[in-house]
Amino acid sequence: MAFKFPVKSLAGREPSHGEGFEFFLRTAIPFLGVIAALLISAIILLFLKTNPIVAYSAMFQGAFGSVNGWSQSLVKATPLLLVGLGVCIAFRASVINVGGEGQIILGALAGTWFALTFPDLPRFILIPGCMTAGFLAGAFWGLIPGFLKARYKVNEILSTIMMNSIALQFMNFLLQGPMMDPEGIKAGTFLAQSARLPPTSWLARLIPRTMLHSGVYVALIFAILVYIFLWRTTIGYQIRAVGLNPRASRYSGINVPFNQMLSLTIAGGLSGLAGVIEVMGVHRRILEGLTGGYGFTGIVAALLGSLHPLGMLPASVLFGGLLVGANTMQRAVQIPAALINAILGLIVLFVSGSALWIHQIIKKRKTAAIVVALPKAAAASEETKS
Amino acid sequence: MMNIFTWDVLSGVLRTMIALSTPFLFAALGETFSQLSGVVNLGVDGIMLLAGFFAFYAVFLTGNVWLGLLLAMLVGLVMGLMMSFVSVTLKAQQGISGIGLQMFGLGMSSLLFKVLVGTVTSVTGFRPVKIPLLGDIPFIGSILFNNNVLVYSAFLLVPLSWWVLEKTTLGLKIKAVGQNPAAADSVGINVNRIRYFSVCLGAVLAGVAGASLSISIANLFQDNLTSGQGFIAVALVYFGGWSPVGVLGGALLFSLANSAQLWLQVLGINVPASLAVMLPYVLTIVVLTVAVNRGKQPAALNKQFFRGEN
Repeated sequence: MAFKFPVKSLAGREPSHGEGFEFFLRTAIPFLGVIAALLISAIILLFLKTNPIVAYSAMFQGAFGSVNGWSQSLVKATPLLLVGLGVCIAFRASVINVGGEGQIILGALAGTWFALTFPDLPRFILIPGCMTAGFLAGAFWGLIPGFLKARYKVNEILSTIMMNSIALQFMNFLLQGPMMDPEGIKAGTFLAQSARLPPTSWLARLIPRTMLHSGVYVALIFAILVYIFLWRTTIGYQIRAVGLNPRASRYSGINVPFNQMLSLTIAGGLSGLAGVIEVMGVHRRILEGLTGGYGFTGIVAALLGSLHPLGMLPASVLFGGLLVGANTMQRAVQIPAALINAILGLIVLFVSGSALWIHQIIKKRKTAAIVVALPKAAAASEETKS
Repeated sequence: MMNIFTWDVLSGVLRTMIALSTPFLFAALGETFSQLSGVVNLGVDGIMLLAGFFAFYAVFLTGNVWLGLLLAMLVGLVMGLMMSFVSVTLKAQQGISGIGLQMFGLGMSSLLFKVLVGTVTSVTGFRPVKIPLLGDIPFIGSILFNNNVLVYSAFLLVPLSWWVLEKTTLGLKIKAVGQNPAAADSVGINVNRIRYFSVCLGAVLAGVAGASLSISIANLFQDNLTSGQGFIAVALVYFGGWSPVGVLGGALLFSLANSAQLWLQVLGINVPASLAVMLPYVLTIVVLTVAVNRGKQPAALNKQFFRGEN
């Protein structure tokens, strides 16, 4: 198999460009982690006196058993892919972006603000305008922890988590005050949600009577763009170099803190874009619970997709499906959808735990290959001499 | 506008501060051990949630607070073993495995709560025990010496941790492993065993922290009861410069901010609730930025140890 799959292992070691078997290991083992997590959760379900087979088949049916299920799964895969692409870029520079939730909120707020402020703009300006506003706001929310990491070495995991809580409270404040839907105030319902976006800013629905919207194309385009950015541009190369070997990068003149800040800013922008697309495509207004945990699930999707845009396509569909299926399961067997969080946590533990192990197997195989190849080469050169 | 600077309000604020500092103290002191041995455990919040749920559930069923506390410690131990197995034995990247543990704790506690309990119900948690004589001192007595066992133990844990870390061989070994695991290994210290011990000790204390939320402060359980306090506790370790006394200062500062914010709302002062709730999170970022004793950071923090390679 000639397809090269350049991946930095989670253990923070050198990447190895490999052939089929390596590709298989790197993708198959994480998926075994998913199966293991599902098995452990099955045991938990048994303790809760629920038949796991019934629960899981309800989950699978809900996610991939119908056109509606598929389209819902793709709707949820869209923000997961965008958030995950950001996580991937940040991770390549050794930065862990746990701030997806907050960046989604900021992006959604900015996009909503843009659409409500300029409702009369023509559609072909309004939609890109909203997306740009969302991207910029999310990027700003990523820039803050990025700057603090670059300048003051503030642990980005902690700061991004705090930024999530701040963004959440900020959204609550706006939705219960300045941004509250005037219709709701007039009707006396006082729901914590914004006014409805002008129809010109709505993303087109692709299949009638489903939620699937054109935002999924935007996510796909960005997957390709991120691939090009990371592997075909100088900045992308620098970001990857910083993650692979910060010391060597520094010696070769790459500004390590700047690249880390940049990667977190772009990651924030992509999450912000996910937020504004969620508003324009699904809810058509901003409301509480908009993030739906995408900021965290996106991390898991990125890890499972081997931190590679191509790997993340199936991973985000899988997790989109899991989120949809969890709701179906909740209705079918009365097991709360919160189970999915526990499953996600186990998957992360499995994937992070197996990363080094995979790396070592690959390393051993390479060493073995050299040990086998060297004497042969030597013998061959002897033969040619004589 | 009423006068808010009365003795009653002040003593109320301080009383709440002491109570609210309990979970921070347990979790952050535990995390101090863990980090000094070189392992950042970001799963503290998840441990607090799951342990907090089990403590609540035990009290909900039996009414026995000690059983609740024991169960919380047990949950902490199990999750500590999970964390150390993944991070120490399998040498996972600690930031990621910690987030995994947190998600597991969050999801699991929410799942079990919804299935086993269903609605928010309050229980009778630890009752205050007044210390004779000291408890009768005006003003101070009611703030400091009329609390429950968990609060007293949290504060006693500060000198105890200091003593273990500074005056015992075990403390020396923990710090050696966190500073230079290869050197510690070469003089016969079992690096992995010390890290397992420190992580599990930290996790058990995080379990107690969870119990102190659910059966000592709130006396109830709900989804995401901690609302990020476990992460703040991790930040407190950086703020406290990896010393128990520094952690105490940080814990008091944060619980003061929390308590002041709660009292602002109780007194009906016109600050939007959401902006007040934001305060501790903003404070955490500020604290992480300005008050970091980088020099005291364990050199091998957040680094895996590969025997015979370093």
